Formats: sequence, C-alpha cells, structure tokens
Amino acid sequence: MSVMREKLENSNETVFTAEFPSIDGGGMAKVEKSAARLAPWFDAVNATDNPAAHAHASNTSSAIAMKMHGIEPIMQIVCRDKNRLAIQADMMGAALHGIENISLLTGDDVTAGDEPETRRVFDIDSTQAINIARILTTGQYLSGRKINPAPDFYISAVENPAAPPFDYRIERALKKYRAGAKYLQLQICYHPDRLEKFCAGVAKIAPDLKLIPTIVLVKSAKPMSFMNDKVPGIDIPLDSINRVASATDQADEAYKLTLELAKHALSLPAVRGLHVTDFRHDDSLDSFMYDLGQKPRN
Amino acid sequence: MLKKLLPFVEHAIKKPVWDCRMCGQCVLHSTGMTCPMTCPKTLRNGPCGGVRENGNCEVIPDMQCVWAKAYDRKVSLPMPTVWKEHFNELRPPVDMRLQGSSSWINLITKRDQQTPAGWSTTDSDH
Repeated sequence: MSVMREKLENSNETVFTAEFPSIDGGGMAKVEKSAARLAPWFDAVNATDNPAAHAHASNTSSAIAMKMHGIEPIMQIVCRDKNRLAIQADMMGAALHGIENISLLTGDDVTAGDEPETRRVFDIDSTQAINIARILTTGQYLSGRKINPAPDFYISAVENPAAPPFDYRIERALKKYRAGAKYLQLQICYHPDRLEKFCAGVAKIAPDLKLIPTIVLVKSAKPMSFMNDKVPGIDIPLDSINRVASATDQADEAYKLTLELAKHALSLPAVRGLHVTDFRHDDSLDSFMYDLGQKPRN
Repeated sequence: MLKKLLPFVEHAIKKPVWDCRMCGQCVLHSTGMTCPMTCPKTLRNGPCGGVRENGNCEVIPDMQCVWAKAYDRKVSLPMPTVWKEHFNELRPPVDMRLQGSSSWINLITKRDQQTPAGWSTTDSDH
C-alpha cells in the first residue's frame, strides 16, 4: 500500500510531498542526487508531466526512476499532451510498475512553454481523467474492455484555491472528489484568507476530501515578483513582495514569510499536509522541516 | 436531407450568439448558457488553474475565462432550476465522431447521451 494512502486514510499524520526536479540529462546519477536530498523529508514526491509545457523525461519513466531510488512517486498526468488512449496507457503503465499514486491535472497551456507552436490535445479534461482512473480501478477501460486484475490507484488531483471564480473552486473540488480523487494538492497560494475560505468550504461539503496546500521556498522577492507577473493563476499581494524586498536580509525575511504561511495552512480544516516547492536549493529545506516539527525519516 | 440542412441552420443561429463550435453534443443549458468549447482547452467540467486575477483566460489574456463567465451567468441569469442543478454534473468526454453534426438531431435521437460502455459517474465508495 502506498504511504500516501496509508497515512491519509488510516492515520491522522501530517504528510509532506514535494516536486521532483525535472530530468533532462545526467542519467540515474542525477536522479540519485535529487532523491537523496528529498528522501529524508517527504512521504511522496510528484513525478511531473512536462511541467509548464516544457518537454522533459516522461512522467512514467521519472516515476519509475524515483521508485528505484526509494522515493514514492505521485505520478502526474496532464491532459495537454495526450488523448484518452495515451492517458489510459500512462495509467496502466504506472500500474505495471507498482505506482499507485496518480494525480490528474489539466496542464499549463502550450503557450506557457518553450514550444508554443505545439498542438494542444485536451481530448479529455482533468475531472474526466480522474473519473477514468476510477473506472480503471473497477476493472475496465473506458471502452468497457475488462482488466483483470484491476489496478489499485490512489487517485488525487490539483485545485487552485486562489484563482477566480473563487466560490466555484469549492464546488469543483467536490466534483473532483465525486469523480474519484481522495486528496487535492493545492496550487501556490499567497492569500491566507482565500486559502482559509477554500479549505473551510471544502471541509463543509466534502468532509472526506483531504487537502495539501503548496508552500514555496524562495530566497528573495525576485521570484515572487516573477510568479506574480508571469504565471497566470498566481497572485501575490504587493504587501508580501514589499515585505521581502525591503528587508535587509531578503533570504531571511522570505523564509519567515514562508514559515508563517506554512503554519497557517497546516492549521486549516481539511488540511492533512503540505506540498513543498523548493526554489532555494540551499540548506533552508532542512531548517524549514525542523521548524515545522519534522524529523528526518531514517 | 434534413440531416444535411440542420447543421447549417443550427450553426447560423448558434455561431453569432454563442460562438458555437458544432461539437454536436450541446451542453449550453448546463453551463450557464456559455459554450465550454470556446475555452482554449475545451474544458467541459470547470476552469483550469490558470485563471488570471482579473478573471481572464490564461491562454487569451484579453478574454474573460469561459468558466468564470459561465459561473457568473449560472448565479445571476434567470434560468430553470434544473439547468442550474446540472451545472456541477460530470460531463463525459466529447464524442469526436459527432463533430459538425446537428446537436438538435442528436438530442432528439438521444445520440448525444451515448457514452463508452465503461463510462459511469457513480462510485460505490462515495
């Protein structure tokens, strides 16, 4: 059984997930290095699927490589690059290699990437993909063709608590839950009030749905401004950017802000863990986890 | 004859009003009278995570997000309660074979309700 399923379904423990660095070259040696850095702190790590519409080593191959190095993967599948046949093939490929955690996402548009001339697929959407993953676990493909034995997925999805239309996001979380998602990793949110409203709303209408907000470790105000200006769906209040920008020690102030956001997120209803995105690549990940009361695993 | 004529008539009416893309399986009534096929990602079950702070589309920054518009309309426009209730239903994947055909005919013949044999939206766990 996956650690994610075990902890989220059979315990009250807080889970921590992260993003595995995209794999472009350097072979298994590089995978090993990234795995060694993340293994002490995280229950499971996302194997991404061409994040931000940039091509990298595939989701399935990355997930297998991570598994080989002792990391439990959460294999993401986005709807941008593959039709329903290829998506089901991804899911069954994951099952073949004992990958249980799969996460279904819409995917950033091709215009966000470095090959914006690409044809976008979107044959199905993320909620349909969640439902198809659930259908596979009942022992059949979308066509009705039997699968014996059925794969055993622990299905998740992603939602953005901080982008309009805000009220509808809560209803959409319920829709994803009904389709088969057991937990949602939430997109980056620098608005504690919005996160609070979203989590409270979800707790009310989908009490069994678990939420894992995302926290970003940044070193200065620059990446915050970048995200605010360049990444659709992310809005960072100017007060927060200015607080870091005007500090004598930006790295320290950014760290403090992140820790405040993390502690607040963990206090909210329906929240069962944190997803940590590390843009600092320094020793602050360790301090951050210690400051949240965590101890390295093994 | 009717099968050939109706798609033209349907398109002539629905294109100017809803920018109809002739998917042949119209869901306008359940999406706040807003066509989800005009979403650059053709999402039929709600908005992606890239909606901008002003409510506009990730892909076309000058356009209001189709789903932000759909939700606004669902909340504010007078329409039958049952249509509003259908807003959150899980719409199945598009049947690409119906592209270009008349959704009116497909509605009457119930062809637009046919889904793959494995498709179901009920889960015993939930």
